[in-house]
Amino acid sequence: MANNAMEGGQAIIRCLENEGVEYIFGYSGGSVIPIFDALVTTQTKINFILTRHEQGAAHMADGYARATGKPAVVLITSGPGATNTLTGIMTAHMDSVPMIILSGQSVSWMLGKDAFQEADIFGITMPIVKHSYLLKSSNEIPRVIREAFHISTTGRPGPVLIDIPKDFSAGPCTEDLHAKMDLPGYKINSTPNKDTLLEIAEALGKSKRPLILAGHGVMISGAENALRALAEKCRIPVTNTLLGKGVFPETHKLSLGMLGMHGTAYANKAVCECDLLLNVGSRFDDRILGQPAKFCKDATIIHIDIDAAEIGKMIQPQIACVADARLALEELIKHVPILETKEWCKHLDGYKVKYPLKFKRQGSLKMQHIIDEFYKLSGGKACVTTDVGQHQMWAAQFYRTDHRLNWLSSGGAGTMGFGLPACIGAAFGRPKDLHICFVGDGGFQMTFFELATAALYKLPIKIVVLNNHYLGMVRQWQELFYEDRKSGVDLEGNPDFVKLAEAFGIKGFNLRRPGDVKRVLKNALEYNDGPCLINCEVEKTENVFPMIPAGAVIEDMLIEPPARKMEKPTGST
Amino acid sequence: MSNLNKSTTHTLSVYVANKPGVLARIAQLFSRRGFNIESLVVSPGIDGKFSRMTISCTGEAEGLDQIIKQLLKLIDVLHCIDHTYDQSVTKEMGLIKIEVNSSGRSEALQIAEHYGCKTVDLTPESMILQVVGNPEKIDAFEEMIAKFKIIELVRTGKVVMSRGSDIT
Repeated sequence: MANNAMEGGQAIIRCLENEGVEYIFGYSGGSVIPIFDALVTTQTKINFILTRHEQGAAHMADGYARATGKPAVVLITSGPGATNTLTGIMTAHMDSVPMIILSGQSVSWMLGKDAFQEADIFGITMPIVKHSYLLKSSNEIPRVIREAFHISTTGRPGPVLIDIPKDFSAGPCTEDLHAKMDLPGYKINSTPNKDTLLEIAEALGKSKRPLILAGHGVMISGAENALRALAEKCRIPVTNTLLGKGVFPETHKLSLGMLGMHGTAYANKAVCECDLLLNVGSRFDDRILGQPAKFCKDATIIHIDIDAAEIGKMIQPQIACVADARLALEELIKHVPILETKEWCKHLDGYKVKYPLKFKRQGSLKMQHIIDEFYKLSGGKACVTTDVGQHQMWAAQFYRTDHRLNWLSSGGAGTMGFGLPACIGAAFGRPKDLHICFVGDGGFQMTFFELATAALYKLPIKIVVLNNHYLGMVRQWQELFYEDRKSGVDLEGNPDFVKLAEAFGIKGFNLRRPGDVKRVLKNALEYNDGPCLINCEVEKTENVFPMIPAGAVIEDMLIEPPARKMEKPTGST
Repeated sequence: MSNLNKSTTHTLSVYVANKPGVLARIAQLFSRRGFNIESLVVSPGIDGKFSRMTISCTGEAEGLDQIIKQLLKLIDVLHCIDHTYDQSVTKEMGLIKIEVNSSGRSEALQIAEHYGCKTVDLTPESMILQVVGNPEKIDAFEEMIAKFKIIELVRTGKVVMSRGSDIT
């Protein structure tokens, strides 16, 4: 090895340090031994967290990124190690989360020869990454890592995978660690067109019933203050998407909360009745559209998005602005007039009174009751992570989010098993904050092995297992649309989750009666010796409302359980 | 209405980084959205760091618009231009091997001459004719020469170039 050369693995660690990486989540294996060795030989300050499964590592990196806004690194071995991260990579990709995946690979001369633990992870992940690399030499390491971080964190963020043959992580790297990027095809359209903004301001000026639809893009670009200033100056009500929880305070007078399939009735009614919809940083996901052809069909639709491919993908807007949300809103606010929306806001406030989110505190124990009580006891200040299903929707409804980076949920992918590891990742990123993880009994059992990671690092997380012994959301569909024929939803054989927690050295609480909610949750919140788990035995057959059946128009929203028999939904899932 | 009913053949010129994997990424975008690639020509650009792809495909215009936007999102794509409706120069080459002996040879050569073909191989029992032009011309030649038995047919797929100062 030349005098000034370091091993490829060491160069990788040094480059990650230069990018400001604090955490690597991963799992070792044969083809990454040189990189794991470099974690020791470089005496790096980067923390390596050994998870219990590669999927856990990917979700932890995801949770870390969503809770801090900074990318984390996933380091895993070749073959099964790499393929185990697929769900995590896809989840991050669907929700525009920055993530760098370093996968070990067989030695370069064995590629394509079915070497031990060889998988073409570069090819397999192609549709679920923002970009990917298969290293061709050790000297590419500095440039590729710089490019990967740049691509992953700018524009519309996403996961970037670097596949590293073992001979390149073991071989000498003589290249300058501050190598130049070479990305002639990567363009970010962040600057808004001024004429377009004037056009938007003019349309707003004419509107009597304007509505802002705020999505995840507002958070990614850090446009919360500009959004709030715009809404308050013009007095425009704001509804947010699931991933947009926190971009506009949900307790604000102008907030209508979340819209969509299980959004608030008043948000969905506002969508139906507005004469102008200003979408900032949402991709018009099918969960919020109902029938795309009939969505907001009498309103002027304006779409601000940094990703040009989102314009017209689902909804053709009258005015489109491809730009960074913060830059667009900060400029737009200079040109908008003060609007006369008193009547409109009053009208919507009427809906808030008439159709509030509600549940019964009496009778059996409800998930909503637990979430609502946690909201109150924690002052709405916790960083909340959810899994996927009924509890996710109730958490979105009843744990109102006022601040950015405080709501972590798998939206686009709808990944069960996301909740616990994502919450762990968030807690590594923000160890001083309170973390609440709402999970169902189904999703929890997909990744509960990461309890070991939570216990080992004594993370301040409250794991709330909302246990209805069912895959509740599917059961709800079967009840409403398939004459209650339950199929593949009964989770009989659930373990005793408190004993399970105790087996990992984690404090467990049981919660069975509505009268005990406050006391048990208080005890859980006061517990400060690492993670704790609250097993909540809840009503088995409660359904989430409001509900817009998939593929139905928003006007057909069910605010309460339907009295009539429902047709099978036409939309996807 | 299905995509097929209102589909047109589109010609895209895509300028990309000359790296492994680029073609796979691009092909994936088309197949995911139900577009069939009819012909594909890839060759190095003036600067060997880049490649030119000319893609002919069939599908609905609206879907193609989304594919172009997705293509532009790829890190390795520098630009992508739809040449379907402009007046670009469009050329393709075909090689046609026909079964022909001395009795039919002069008629075959007469047809070939009309289409400006070159004879690039000649044996007592066969000849290979090389035809260059826009795809319609090659179709027409193929039809005319089909009175002889066509043993093999190979077409390059079309390439396009914009006229004047326009960029391809």
